[in-house]
Amino acid sequence: MSLLRLEEVSKFFGGLVAVNDLSFDVEEGSIVGLIGPNGAGKTTVFNCITGNYTPETGRIVFDGKSIAGLQPHRIVELGIARTFQTIRLFGRLPVLENTLAGRHCRMKAGLLSCMFRTSAQRREEREAVARCMDELHFVGLAKQYAEPAGGLAYGSQRLLEIARALASDPRLIILDEPAGGMNDQETVALVDTIKDIRNRGITVLLIEHDMRLVMKICEKLIVLEHGAMIAHGKPEDVRRNPEVIEAYLGADDEKW
Amino acid sequence: MKLQDIRTPMGFGLAFLLLVLPFLCNAYWLDVCVSIGLYALLALSLNVILGQAGIFHMGHAAFFAVGAYTTSILNTLYHWPVLWTMPLAGCAAAFFALAVARPIIHLRGDYLLIVTIGIVEIVRIALLNDVGGLTGGSNGIFGISRPTFFGFRISKGIQFYYLVWCMVGVSLLLFHCLWHSRFGRALNYIKEDDIAAEGCGVNVTHYKLAAFVLGAFWAGMAGTVYAAKMTTIAPESFNFMESVIIFAVVILSGGSQLGVLISTFLFIGLPELLREFSNARMLIFGFAMMAMMIWRPQGLLPPRRRRYQAGALLDRSSCAARESVRGGSAV
Repeated sequence: MSLLRLEEVSKFFGGLVAVNDLSFDVEEGSIVGLIGPNGAGKTTVFNCITGNYTPETGRIVFDGKSIAGLQPHRIVELGIARTFQTIRLFGRLPVLENTLAGRHCRMKAGLLSCMFRTSAQRREEREAVARCMDELHFVGLAKQYAEPAGGLAYGSQRLLEIARALASDPRLIILDEPAGGMNDQETVALVDTIKDIRNRGITVLLIEHDMRLVMKICEKLIVLEHGAMIAHGKPEDVRRNPEVIEAYLGADDEKW
Repeated sequence: MKLQDIRTPMGFGLAFLLLVLPFLCNAYWLDVCVSIGLYALLALSLNVILGQAGIFHMGHAAFFAVGAYTTSILNTLYHWPVLWTMPLAGCAAAFFALAVARPIIHLRGDYLLIVTIGIVEIVRIALLNDVGGLTGGSNGIFGISRPTFFGFRISKGIQFYYLVWCMVGVSLLLFHCLWHSRFGRALNYIKEDDIAAEGCGVNVTHYKLAAFVLGAFWAGMAGTVYAAKMTTIAPESFNFMESVIIFAVVILSGGSQLGVLISTFLFIGLPELLREFSNARMLIFGFAMMAMMIWRPQGLLPPRRRRYQAGALLDRSSCAARESVRGGSAV
């Protein structure tokens, strides 16, 4: 059974068709890549899934529930976590607190139990800190837990966004250009990290421009152009698809 | 020595000073200190909304007024004991805040600021026009009785001093716990970047409203104390200028609780200290504010970073999750 299913989803901005009748499935436990030229509507698709946009038509079904139009925080609670293309960390807050932001929706303490520091609240807080430190170990940022997030190197900031997303116990993680701004070494490490995420049983959906990364880890690719899907399937099939080469790669196919 | 390190001794010093202050100063200064305490309560409550959540709210006097009038009406018309009305005054202000904030909560920065200015004006004009025949128009309400605390009647300046500053102390403690919890962090995430906060799973609308309701509840309770101390209240005590002063106190403070206290002393106490310079005093005060904004735009004392007991978790040879994954996949 597919974990996430888009059924004929369309999104318009005024007269512009950003996403056009798009349908695809993401199988549980897979790593799926969404690729396409700039302006193809990839990030718009992500924003529809995460609730930042409401699609005009179509259904988005996650784990059997229709989620189109729900508020973003509800969608995170249901088990879809994301990272942002333009890094959106809380720059002045320490690394650990950024990760705790992802943990927030799994904590229960209300206003009064926070004010009167009940024992349940303190226990929950300790568990959250331990869990978030685990996620920081996972991406390799545990030592910097007390530093302000804004002071981290660019590649580390991307990893911190991943740790923050993982802290919310997602079943599906959506990565918007995770390798953007990373050097070669960091990208190689990122491939391992993404595979480890999948091995934890978390499904991965990602947008990425680095074709070597996409080809190395994705089991399925979906190619968008002008908001519509022009090809999908295994990476090796997609790279030979003449329509894809024409639309997206043009003459420059050495990149593959 | 860094400013961060001397905060704790500074806090204790201030607490000790406040404890013995009534024995050191005359009736006039005692009165000034009571009013500083009241402003400190108001500023601490606005700090929830403005300092922690970063919502530009300049209508705090409206919530203060709702609390003060609730107490006055219940006391003069229905003869409720003053302190008994305090929770009700808080609730009335909180409900009022919920009703007015709900439709405007999605507004950002300066837009919200303008609407909140509207709220405080609407409340003042409504009170002037004697809504429901209860508020007494421009004369206000007089003859509010003195509060009694387990049979002990609070009427002298020194008794009010301790009442007000005890409330400040309790508020400091409760808010301190709040800022070191999930709730306080959620407000800080919203202040930093509300879209990212929502994207991480924080219910932004809920927490913004909660900040308004909590801040208003506290302002309403401060209203009770104000009504009890003055025994007479009028709409002009809750004008726009009051809101601006509380707003400026919080901005000047930088957002920490100790900062709020110090900034209240500067804002309310300094003009009194400078009284002997008569006409020049507002000028000096104005220059001090300008200097502050130029050389310390982040405010007197920004909040200290929260500390977490995470050092011990660093020693783990590696993350449990990753090890199990690697081990599993290797087989």
